[in-house]
Amino acid sequence: MAKIHVNTTINGEPTEFLCDPNDTLLNVLRYNLELTGTKEGCGSGDCGACSVTVNDRLVCACLVLGAEAEGAEVGTIEGVAEANQLSVIQTKFLEHAALQCGICTPGLIVSTQELLKENPKPTEEEARYFLAGNLCRCTGYDKVIKAVMDSAETLRGEA
Amino acid sequence: MAVVEYKVPQSLEEAVAMLSSGDQATKVLAGGTDLIIQAKAQNTDPLVVVDIKKINTMMGASIDGSGLTLGPSMPCAEFTAREDIKAVFPGLVEAAYLIGSTQVQGRCSVGGNLCNASPAADTIPALICNGAQCVIVGPNGERTVAAEDFVTGVAQNCMQQGELLKSIQIPQPAAKTSDAYLRFIPRTEMDIAVAGAGVSITLDDAGVCTAARVCIGAVAVTALLVPAAADALIGSTIDDAALQAAAEAASAASKPITDRRGTAEFRRHVVGVLTKRAAKIAADRAKEK
Ligand code: FES
Ligand code: FES
Repeated sequence: MAKIHVNTTINGEPTEFLCDPNDTLLNVLRYNLELTGTKEGCGSGDCGACSVTVNDRLVCACLVLGAEAEGAEVGTIEGVAEANQLSVIQTKFLEHAALQCGICTPGLIVSTQELLKENPKPTEEEARYFLAGNLCRCTGYDKVIKAVMDSAETLRGEA
Repeated sequence: MAVVEYKVPQSLEEAVAMLSSGDQATKVLAGGTDLIIQAKAQNTDPLVVVDIKKINTMMGASIDGSGLTLGPSMPCAEFTAREDIKAVFPGLVEAAYLIGSTQVQGRCSVGGNLCNASPAADTIPALICNGAQCVIVGPNGERTVAAEDFVTGVAQNCMQQGELLKSIQIPQPAAKTSDAYLRFIPRTEMDIAVAGAGVSITLDDAGVCTAARVCIGAVAVTALLVPAAADALIGSTIDDAALQAAAEAASAASKPITDRRGTAEFRRHVVGVLTKRAAKIAADRAKEK
């Protein structure tokens, strides 16, 4: 099977890779590019562990083909921290102990970043609906939502 | 997973040529939220995918005095953010919003939901109640099929190999017309309809219903247009008696099955309740116009 040569941008860096037609973007990120921060939970669009942005839109990387990244801007968890400085959202997840095993965490943080970009002052209900596609099998969401609401407040300069 | 070739046409003509050629199974890739899952299933045949997202008309939407022209592959996240469309077809936008998570919304589309032809698809009753027309292009030119005739069975639509859904057209509704779509799910989010109902209502200045379309979903092999339910509403002021008659007509027309998400009896009842409530919401909206 002929490999496809893809030119893309990942976290602001021009990147090229070779993939098979049947490789998902998730597998390309994890196995071809060794960006293993993006996780695989279900592989079927149900859990959100693989959440990334493609052209500023939140998507499941397990439901995107690697070849579709041609010419696109991809954002992953690896692009969230600024240099060695954790982002506000990352810090709040730690402060609120909003993680246990951590498999859902990169996806939740990428999704939370998109939520707060779209809606800097979400109600708890809006946050829960927005993040309904990010499943966590350990923490039970309460701490996650506390971290999200606290992040929103902090980013608005209210806390 | 079985995708063996990935093709990117730049025009509709090129897409049709790619979809018509070759002896391997060839499918249109839009958001992939159904197709990629299906392709990942074990033992699927080798699949050629044709990614139509570079064709601008597939991805945009315009609304003017003649109605809505919708690019079938426009991501729902973009579609549901369109206030101009929501102002005219709030029920259709609500139905699109109900598909999947935020992540899925980023890729899934109304056209994809239609072509995938699940009996529980949320946008199909909303399209049918609004009189949507499906414009299909293929090797022999173009043809137009009413949304209620587009889906022919579970996961089956009327398109032949080589054909592509090019646009979805909804004529501009008459004055004082609006729509609503409701579904029942046992959870509050991230679920598949157990029953659904889309209703479009036109009122006159006195508040009397002059036209209506009722379509029910997830209670038969395909979404069903229910003229008897519409007839129960036409001529009324959408009073309780008319709503009750419409609910009974919808329940009577349904042909539900029992599965792990609901019994046939429950679905038959609930689809009536949803019809009644959606008709009320559509009528209230129509009054505001
Ligand atoms: S791995 Fe993509 S949604 Fe679960
Ligand atoms: S911390 Fe384990 S899945 Fe969320």
